[in-house]
Formats: sequence, C-alpha cells, structure tokens
Amino acid sequence: MAVATKPSSGRWSASKTRSLLTGLAFISPAIIGFIAFAAWPIVQSLYYSFTDYNIFQPPYFIGLENYQDLINDRVYRIALVNTFYMVFIGLPIHLVFNFFMALLLATQIRGLSIYRTIFYLPSITPVVASTIVWLWLFNGQYGILNEIIGWFGIQPIGWLTDPRFTKPSLIFMGMWFGGNTILIYLAGLRDVPVSLLEAAELDGANALRKTWHVTLPMISPVIFYTLIINVIGYFQYFTEAWVLTATRDGSAGGPLNSMLFYAMYLYQSAFQLFKMGYASAQAWVLFAIVLIATGLLFRFSGWVYYRSEE
Amino acid sequence: MSASESLSRTTANAMQPRGLSSRRNQDRLMKALAYLIASFVALAFVFPLYWMVTTSLKTDVEIFKVPPTLFPLDPQWQNYPASTQYIPFWQYMFNTLVICALTIIGTVISCSLIAYGFARVRWPGRNAVFIVYLSTIMLPAQVTMIPLYIVFRQMGWVGTMWPLVVPAFFGNALYVFLLRQFFMTIPNELTDAARIDGANELGIFWRIMLPLLKPALATVALFTFVATYRDFLGPLIYLTEQNQWTISLGLKMFQNMYGAQWQLMMAAATLTMIPTMILFFLTQRTFIEGIALTGIKG
Repeated sequence: MAVATKPSSGRWSASKTRSLLTGLAFISPAIIGFIAFAAWPIVQSLYYSFTDYNIFQPPYFIGLENYQDLINDRVYRIALVNTFYMVFIGLPIHLVFNFFMALLLATQIRGLSIYRTIFYLPSITPVVASTIVWLWLFNGQYGILNEIIGWFGIQPIGWLTDPRFTKPSLIFMGMWFGGNTILIYLAGLRDVPVSLLEAAELDGANALRKTWHVTLPMISPVIFYTLIINVIGYFQYFTEAWVLTATRDGSAGGPLNSMLFYAMYLYQSAFQLFKMGYASAQAWVLFAIVLIATGLLFRFSGWVYYRSEE
Repeated sequence: MSASESLSRTTANAMQPRGLSSRRNQDRLMKALAYLIASFVALAFVFPLYWMVTTSLKTDVEIFKVPPTLFPLDPQWQNYPASTQYIPFWQYMFNTLVICALTIIGTVISCSLIAYGFARVRWPGRNAVFIVYLSTIMLPAQVTMIPLYIVFRQMGWVGTMWPLVVPAFFGNALYVFLLRQFFMTIPNELTDAARIDGANELGIFWRIMLPLLKPALATVALFTFVATYRDFLGPLIYLTEQNQWTISLGLKMFQNMYGAQWQLMMAAATLTMIPTMILFFLTQRTFIEGIALTGIKG
C-alpha cells in the first residue's frame, strides 16, 4: 500500500491533491474525534493537573502542588500498590490460565463449541450483573464458596472482608472473566501450521517440547498483543472492585482499602470530591506509568517471533 | 523454521528408544487429561450462573438456609416480576437499549467511512496518520475523562445520554482497524472498474464496498452492543438523573438499597444477562470470527 505513492513522489500533481482531499474527507470524523476526544483533552488535563479546580470556581494555578500532595497521600499510595498487585500478580495468573485453557481446547477435543460458549459467556454478560452474583458467592455467612471449601474441611474464608484475602478473591473471580482472551489464544493456536508440529513430532518431540519450541514462538505475537492490551486494562481496573465494595454513601475500597484501585481513587477525587486538578494529576501519573510499561514491553519484545511475510 | 530445526537436533537422539505404540498411548492419556480438566473448569464456569438462577427462584427464607439447598424446594417464579418492580427494570432496559442503538449507528457509520479512507483511498501520509490514530487505543480513559466531563458539563449534557452517544459518531480506532483489515482483502479490480465507469469515491463506497462489508459491520455492531450494554463507568459519571439510568447502573443502586434481598437481585441479574446471551446464541459465528480477527491481526 505504501509503495503505491512512490512513483509520483517527486512531483505534486493535481490528482494527488484530489486523492489527499478525498482521503481526508473520508477520515474527517476520525480527525475531529482525535482532536476533540483525545489530543485536546490530554493537553487540557495536563493543564488542570497544575491547578486547584473544583469546577464551581475557575481553575487556579498552583504549580506542582498536586504532584507533591500525591507523594504524601497515604490512601493514594495504597491504591497505587493495589493496582500494581493486580498488574504484576493478577494479570500473569490470568494470562497463564487463559493460555493453558486454550491449549486444552486446541487438542481437538469434541464439543469444542460448547466449551467455547461456556468460557466466553462471562465475557459478554454485563459486568455489574455477574459481579453481583459473585458478591453472593463470596458471602461470608451464606455464600456457597465457603460451603464448598467446608466440604474439604477448610475453615470459612472472609473472601471480601479479610484484607489478606480480598485481592486474591478478585484474582480468583477474574479468572471467570477471561474467556475473551482464551478465544483469542485459541484462534492463534489454530493458526499454527500443522506441518511444523508434524515435523517436530517426526523428530520425536513430546507434547511439552512441541508447545515450548513450536507453538509458543508461533503465537508469541498474539501473546504480546494480549499482554499489551491487558496491562493497559488492568491499570484501569475499576468496575468489579467498585461493584463489590461501593456502599450507598459512595465510599468504596473494602476493608482497610484493600480493594481500592487507582481508577477508583481517581473517580472519587474527581466526581465525589470535585478535586479536578488533583484527579488530573493522578490521571497524568497513570498516563506516564502506562506509557513506561508499554514502552518497556516493546523494548523487551525480542522474544516475539514474527513470521516473515510471504 | 529454525525452531523446528534446532528442535530436531536436540530431541531426535533422546527420543529414539520410544516405540510408536507408547507414543499413541501417551497421546490418548493426554487427551483424556485434557477432557477431564476442561470439563472440570467448564463446570466451575457454569456454576456461578447456575447458582444465580437457583437463588433467584428461592424464597427469602430459603436463601439463608445452612447448608444451602442446591435446588429450589419450591420455585418462586414470582420473584421475576417482583424484581422488575423493585427497580424500574423496563425503564432502565429501555434507556440502555436506546443508548446501545445510537452508539451502534454512530460507530458503524463513522468507522466504515474512516476505514475506507485509510484502506482504499491512496493519499500521501496515510500510513503515518493511521499509526498515530491507532495509538489512541492505548490511551487510558482516565486521561481524557476529566476535561471531557468539564466540557460536557458546560454544554449542559451532564445528566443526559449525549456524552455516552455522541463520541461514537467520531470513530473508534479499534473498529476502524478491524474494518480496514477487511477492506484490504477486497480486490482492487472491483473498484478500478467502477472508477473507469466514472463513479466517484462516495459512490464506490456506498454501492460496491458497503454491501461487501456487511459481515464485518455485523461484527462491529455486535461488539459495540456488548461493550455499551456492559459499560458502567460512563453511565456512572454522566447519568445523574435516576430516570435515565442504564440497567447496569440500576442494578448496582438496587444492590446498595436492598442488599439482603438476594433472590430478587439474582432474578434481576438473570434478566439483565438474558439479552446478551440470546444475542450470542443467535450470532455465535460472528462473535468467534470477530475475536479471531482482533487477536491475530493485532
């Protein structure tokens, strides 16, 4: 596609102008959308992050004060640490589990479409509805989960009430929401050339070696894609924890704020306390963290194997 | 290729003594194990939904029974009509569907136009612009949330559905990407012939491309529906008036107000899930193909 413009690149012809205008006309919604809903708000939130702004009075410039406050904000630090917990512990557990399930489904087991449906359904049912179901499953007194572990002689767990267990409970629940990633991996696995696997088999490779030396490299671009998308997503983790912990008076975060996440604290700062400047500073720190994280992932993406274009 | 070569060198010697029959047995064992684990996990995945429906059919006494009954003793079907009265369920469902419909219309129109401009019209700088545009997928919503809220507030749109719907008319980078991939698979001969016949770009887009694009548009419409139907944060920020709430927002408020009425909450949750489930069963193939498209081509 890029090659197509080469032959006439030296001169600027009338037809080129026309095609430029036609192209820009077609993408004009994207240009407006990019400016109005991305570029301008990014710059504007950077400006707000240097102000004291409660939306009822005009923003008042205070320099770096918001950022200094963040450093000393104990609750903010808890939210930050909790979020890193989800990114560094929850996310790897989820991706490994999803990949493992995709591998199982890729062994050409019968009834694939039934399994696929079962694993995928939680990904399309409304998050609030399913999380409320989990609230009931997790219930300390009458919840079925404590009943089930009781069959194995395990003492009841305060899934959502004991700060030691709250985040593991969220990770446990999160496995249920991973069907989308399972199906992405499954599609990738089915794209691995059978000839390669057969060649490996002829050479005497067992299932584990085939997976490690053939399958993994072949679908590493898919793994990389899910890694990037999910890292960005987990830094914005919000709805599940909000539904599980938000009370009628608007406070949220669970016992000892053990389920308070970055996006929740930002929401509270902005839309409950109307500290727009402070919340904007949080947004920009998040932006920086996400940029650094994705940058590092791309920087250390040597393990990703791209098949050469035919 | 190099992977399999190095593999053959390292493993060929080690694996020689094994016979073919032991390999086949091993394969069979692996398969049985795969079945076992997959079935167990599938059961675990179904269980929350089963428990939701079971609870929704119990009485307010039975739900607190210890040990819990695995099946409702006397199914309380009236829990369902009751749950739709506790919250104005149908009102919220209507609000949700209106927002979904408008968002789908906006997304489908804008994204197909934008994708055509990126895939089928050759203009200088196109690829660079596309990459910049695509990078917005990685932008955390929190970064733009506050300035947008402030502007929408100045426009008097807070407390209406417009902040949720209007942005959809200005494209969505992920779906543009998906449609662009699809556009690129359509051979140039088709459009070249029309161009020679004197058709302009808009005519080509409308008469030749759009009909071919239908399956891809169906995927975009489905994904948009599911994403909009599931959205919570957007409605939480903008739908400040109770009569405008979506079903997700209403469910959460319902839970805050009537916390202990689990059987009614489970009934409402079941009702909320039914539309997406029906949709999935009707359009399974479109869903599965769409997921494959987003994952592999990424």
